[in-house]
Amino acid sequence: MQYLMQLGIILAVSFAGEVLNALLPLPVPASVYGLCLMLALLATGVLKPAQIQPVSRFLIAVMPVMFLPTCVGIMDVADQLLPVLLPFLVVCIVGSALVMVVSGRVAQAAIRRERGARQ
Amino acid sequence: MRDLLNGSLFFGSLISLAFYALGLAVKRRFRLAVFNPLLIATLCVIGTLIALDVDFAAYQHSTEVISYFLAPATVCLAVPLYEQLALLKRHWKAMLAGLLAGVLCGLGCVFALSSLFSFPHELYASLLPKNITSAIGYGLSQELGGVVPITASAIMIAGMFGGVAGEGLLAFFGVTDPVARGFGIGMASHAIGTARAMDLGQVEGAMSSLAIIAAGLTTVVAAPFFSTLL
Repeated sequence: MQYLMQLGIILAVSFAGEVLNALLPLPVPASVYGLCLMLALLATGVLKPAQIQPVSRFLIAVMPVMFLPTCVGIMDVADQLLPVLLPFLVVCIVGSALVMVVSGRVAQAAIRRERGARQ
Repeated sequence: MRDLLNGSLFFGSLISLAFYALGLAVKRRFRLAVFNPLLIATLCVIGTLIALDVDFAAYQHSTEVISYFLAPATVCLAVPLYEQLALLKRHWKAMLAGLLAGVLCGLGCVFALSSLFSFPHELYASLLPKNITSAIGYGLSQELGGVVPITASAIMIAGMFGGVAGEGLLAFFGVTDPVARGFGIGMASHAIGTARAMDLGQVEGAMSSLAIIAAGLTTVVAAPFFSTLL
């Protein structure tokens, strides 16, 4: 019963996200509205983390499996991608590596400067 | 046999869970980042579907129940984010700097490489949303004139890259701060990277979740400009 209640709260917030997505003309997906809404509920104390845990913890733990069907979907566009496969992979991998290193390094440099300024 | 598998409601979900479990076991046995459970499971499922001649549509239908929980799970990312709220408030300026630098470098890199390879606009536009969460990326790709399934593949590759190589890459470039590490992984590899960042630590996981939202929204604003360049 406790699990059903927790799942119910999570689904209710997900649904509220869908409603916001339908009402607001922004290109923001329902799940991101739901995440922001859940964060607001927790931050204002309307909801306590204990009211959705352990179900929330379970969903986060098994999240990678939820991407599997989409990953397998690559086989569906294989014939479109094969002619440009190598350059396509180069853009995906070099581009992603650059984003990760640049954002990580810039954030780290700024954090260290903040720490230095505080001391 | 083929008809049975194509009509089955459970076969697709069953092999998904089974191969993911296999992937987890392999990762636990060898402890190498290359053995990413999602990567192993993807390759095994594709191989199985081809070997047994099962349609992708049938697989997709069977696994709808798994994909269904993606939005509720994304909503749950608010919990680790909430638990690290103090850290977020303390470092918001640093993350804003990382966000702007990361998004602009990422879009600029797609533009530079796409010009180099003389990609058509369709492919270029499909690649611009590659580092953001698929929920935002699909809509953005469509808006820019891209092909959504190609964007989906690019997003998956970016995600798996972060899951497989993120930790090592950041260490190689001297990014050791947990906040910056998690943020960088989320910036490049959205929710797939976040799933991995959760393994690295609570701070990494929370910062990675934050980066998904920040990168997604910033890219929506910046990508239309880049889209007009090629």
